[in-house]
Order: sequence, then C-alpha cells, then structure tokens
Amino acid sequence: MLQRRLTYSVKFYIKRCFSSKVPEKPTWVTIDRSKLPKEPKVDREVVDLLERLSLVEFNNQEGVDRLTKAVHSANLLHAVNTDNVEPMDSVLEDRILYLRDDVVTDWNCLKDVMRNATKTLEDYYVAPPGNIPLKQKERDYGNKT
Amino acid sequence: MLSLTLREAISKLKDGSLSAAELCEKCVTRAKRVQELNFIVTENFSQSQREAVHSARLWSEYVSGRHNEWRKFGGIPFAIKDNFCTKDIRTTCASHILNNYVPPYTATVVQKLQDAGGVIIGKTNMDEFAMGAGSTDSIFGPVRNPWNYKFSQSGGEQDKTNYWHITGGSSGGSAVAVATGASFGAFGSDTGGSTRNPAAYCGVVGFKSTYGRLSRHGLIPLVNSLDVPGIFAKSVDDASLLFNAVAGHDTRDSTTVTDSMETFTLPDDISVKHLHIGIPKEYHAPGMSPCVLEAWRRAADLFERAGAKVSEVSLPHTQFSILCYSVLCCAEVASNMSRYDGIEYGHRAKNEDSTEELYAATRHEGFNDVVRGRILAGNFFLLKRNYDNFFIKAQKVRRLIAEDFRQVFGGGVDILLTPTTLTEAPTYSWFTEVDNRTRAEEQDVFTQPINLAGVPAITVPASLSQSGLPIGLQFIGPNFHDKEVLTVAKWFEQQTNFKRLDLSHLDKS
Repeated sequence: MLQRRLTYSVKFYIKRCFSSKVPEKPTWVTIDRSKLPKEPKVDREVVDLLERLSLVEFNNQEGVDRLTKAVHSANLLHAVNTDNVEPMDSVLEDRILYLRDDVVTDWNCLKDVMRNATKTLEDYYVAPPGNIPLKQKERDYGNKT
Repeated sequence: MLSLTLREAISKLKDGSLSAAELCEKCVTRAKRVQELNFIVTENFSQSQREAVHSARLWSEYVSGRHNEWRKFGGIPFAIKDNFCTKDIRTTCASHILNNYVPPYTATVVQKLQDAGGVIIGKTNMDEFAMGAGSTDSIFGPVRNPWNYKFSQSGGEQDKTNYWHITGGSSGGSAVAVATGASFGAFGSDTGGSTRNPAAYCGVVGFKSTYGRLSRHGLIPLVNSLDVPGIFAKSVDDASLLFNAVAGHDTRDSTTVTDSMETFTLPDDISVKHLHIGIPKEYHAPGMSPCVLEAWRRAADLFERAGAKVSEVSLPHTQFSILCYSVLCCAEVASNMSRYDGIEYGHRAKNEDSTEELYAATRHEGFNDVVRGRILAGNFFLLKRNYDNFFIKAQKVRRLIAEDFRQVFGGGVDILLTPTTLTEAPTYSWFTEVDNRTRAEEQDVFTQPINLAGVPAITVPASLSQSGLPIGLQFIGPNFHDKEVLTVAKWFEQQTNFKRLDLSHLDKS
C-alpha cells in the first residue's frame, strides 16, 4: 500500500515537473492609469474635423463612444518605455525595395480598366465639380462636450 | 472521398484510382449541402466542374502514358476568400461598396494555384474588409461553425437560434470550406490572425508564412505592412504543398523578397530531440480557458518527453502588442480605404452636388460601422496633435515587439509554442453582446504579435474542449524559417492524431 502511494507521488511529482514550463497563472500586469498622460478628448470639434478628413460619418453617439474607447485603450501604450527606440515602418526595412524596369508590360486593357466604373464618358471617368466644401449637417449625437 | 487530404487526393489522381471530375462533383454536392453555414458568397460551381472534367481528361492521358506532364492540382477544388481579386468572378470583400465589382485580373497566388490546375469552387464569406475576428460582420450575414452544429434535414429550415458557434475571423468562410470537406484547401488573409483564429476554431490547419514570401498582388489590402495571404489545409503536409506551389518573388508586389526560395517537401520521419522549444510566459493571458491551458501544457510535456529541450522564455512586450496593432491597423486602414470614392469602381451614390458630397455619400452607403469606426480612429491617431503620441509611439512599440522575437530566437530557441486563441469557439449570441472592436481586441491577443514581427506561424488542431469544440496550438519560428515551423508542426500533428470533422452522414440525409 505504502509502495503504491509512493509510486503515485513520484509519478505525480514528475508530471508536475514537466508541465511547470507553462505558467500556472496569467502573467499580465495591471497598468496604473494615473501614471499615464491624460488621454485626448473626443469632443465636437474633433468629431467634425474627423468626419471632414475621413469623408465618413460617426452616425450616432455609439460611434463616438467607440472612438473614445479606442483612444482609452491606445493610451496604455504610454506605459511602455520607448526612449531611444526608432519607429518601425516595415519588417523589410533592412532591404532595398525591388523596382522593376520602367517598361510597359500591360497594354490594351482600357475596356477592362473602365468596365467597373458606373459613369464614364468617352473613356473618361466622370466626377462632379470639386473645390466645394462639404455641407455642414445637423447632427444629433446626444450630449457631447 | 472528401476525407482524403490534398496529398492523398493527388496521389490517387496520379495512379488513376480517382477521377478529378467525380472529386469536384462530390465537393460541389457537399458545398451545397452545408451552404446553410453561409460560407460561400459567390459560387463558381458550373465553371469549376467544367474545368475538372477537362482536367480529368488530362489525367487519364497521363495515367495511360500518352502524356508525360501533369498539373499538380489538376481539377482539385479550392475556396478563395472574397478579398482576393479573381478575374470575371465578383469580388466584394463582403462590403456594399464593392458589391458590383468584377475584377479584370486575378491575384498572383490564385493565378499560380490555377496554373497548377486548381479550380475555384467559390469565393468565401468574411468580415467586411477583413475587419473583425468572428466573420460576423458581412453584408451576406455571419458564417456558422460546422462543429456542434445542428444541420437541417435536406431541404429543411436552417437553425434559427443563436446558439451556434462562430467560426472566428476574418477568414471564416475559407476555414469552413476546408473543415466541411467542400474544398481541399483554401486561401484566406492574415493581418492580425485572420487565418489562424478561424483555423483554430474550425479544427483545421492555418498557416501564415513569413511576410514577403507570398505575393499580395491582387489581395485587396487591409494593412499593407502586416497582410499575408493565409493558407487553410486539412493537414500540415497539405499546407506545405500549397505554400511551395504559390510562394516566391513577384515583380508585381515590391514587398515580396527577392531571396531565392528552394521548394521543399516535409520529411515523414521527424525527430525533435535536437530542438529547443520556447514557452513564452506572457502568452498565459487573463481569460484563458482551462481546456486551452491544459492542451498547451500537454503539448509542452509531449515535446519534453520526446527529448526536446523545453524552457520558459519571455516576450516582455506581448501585453501591449494588441494595442500597438490596433493603432497601426486603424492608421493604415484610414489610408487604404480612401481609394473607395465611387469614381473608378464600386458603388457610386446618386449625390452629384460636388466631389466631396459624392465621396461622403458613397462611403456612407458603402461601409458598415466597423469600417467607418476604424477609418475615423485611424485619422484620429494621424492628426498632427496625436501623430507622435500615438502613431509614432505605436511604431516604436512595434520595433520592441519584433526585437522580443529576435532576441528569443537569437538566444537559441528554435520554435515557440503558444495557444492560438484564449478559448474554444464562442457562441454567436455571446460574441455579439459587445462591439466588433472590443471582441477583436480580445480574440487577436495571441496572433497579432506575429504579424507585427513578420515571422511565420502555424496553428494545428490539438484537442477537443469539454464541449467537443476544437482547440488549436500555435508554432512560431524566426523569419524565413517556414520549413522548420512546418516540420515541427507536422511532428506534433503525427503525435496528436486529431480526428477531423466528419460530415459524411450528411451525404445520406
């Protein structure tokens, strides 16, 4: 009986030894938000500016709230020390970008290229007049600062 | 027949024991039978069957000795995610703005597949513009996971409850195509885990190769510096076959590396005795389910018992990776989505007052909330006042994350072993309780650091959870060590002997 118990204990001990490489508990740390810089506000002025730049609308207060949450999350990045770290554009930064020779390899494709456009005229794309600013619309996004 | 792997099917086609025409027909029948999972958005059944019949003729010439050459994938059906351009087949990215778009060209990786004889059975469903981790935000409706799914009787009504499980995303449709046997492989895209996440949830192999190995020409971009065409397959061998068939430098994609690539075949007899497997401790994140933790532990034990050196390592910036990813993703999205103005292609609104009014109306009608949300967030982070504090900051954190991987691999670790997802596939009702942005932040936690660093990674089904849903484990390697990652994954697959989903009972009902 004692021998069986000892065998079980030894087996159990060996098993625990092997699986100890995977941490038993989550290892993430809680960030102290009070130590981070204040996050920028998403107010009426920012909403208008973004809608003009993006040419899409927030649509409703939910949209504005979603942006506020995204900013709230992103602000946690300030907990990382990036002193003397260069920004990274691409993982291929240590290579020279491949450029091919400047010779035409595709031609005779006018019909193909134009066929998905809704409005064309004599092989031109048609657009309404430009340089007219977007009309300011009445929007009700609930209570915003 | 549909339970064969790609490798097995090719071998049977070569010795004449399988007909390409019959194989394609069986795939089409299966695809139609499981279409209630909503995984195909544009079917190509008739064309694919015609091509398969043609391939069958070529195979019989080869088998009878009348012809020496053979096309590797002659007549075998594959599914393609709907953000790959396919000539003359509608490509929508699951968005209204491209609802009527028929590309005049085919994406390079798809073209290579077709040149090798592969046929496209259909374009698969996805999250709109690949933004999401559930394949739930599409104009065609969500994709359903075939695991634990109550299929209707043939011709009957679809399950109207919300207790079915999501496929994960954003390449859910492609994952389902392979999991249900409707295709022998599929392409998806992987920007933050969009191939590996649904592969894990649907119990198939999902491979994201090194950034720069596969051409992105024709893959409608989400985030140019992170996107990689992803490969779905029934086995690691199949994934390797597909990768070798389509990899290599493309003059039409200047972000493909010019390094020569030697095609390879994975050995059948693999030893892991000389390997050093790293277990990054930060991958035990809050919210991990016990069954995932158990699968991870068992895998680590397995390697150790087989003689590999297994040790705990650290990737210290893992916790911040998802935040870095969110900022960079939104910023590049804001730029990439600016091409959709209705003039050259895609949906065009009726408002002709001015270009700005037209663009705004087109984009309002064309994009869903998720896409709009990311464009606005991206432009917010790119505002002059926020540029340094958010965009440049995120780029710096990206370098630290890439450095974490470089240091660990440089310190003697060959392969990292981590879970692919926090839990098993959640139900649709749970998943949709909160918005897409919040869910993506939770779901992509283990997959997107790999995209930020550009390194190769593969997910392999490891076991089933208590509820019978698949759990995947992820193997990560250093840049351009795709062969090594695939080899280790194949060894693990051989040990685990995971039982793939079998839907042959549907053929009778």
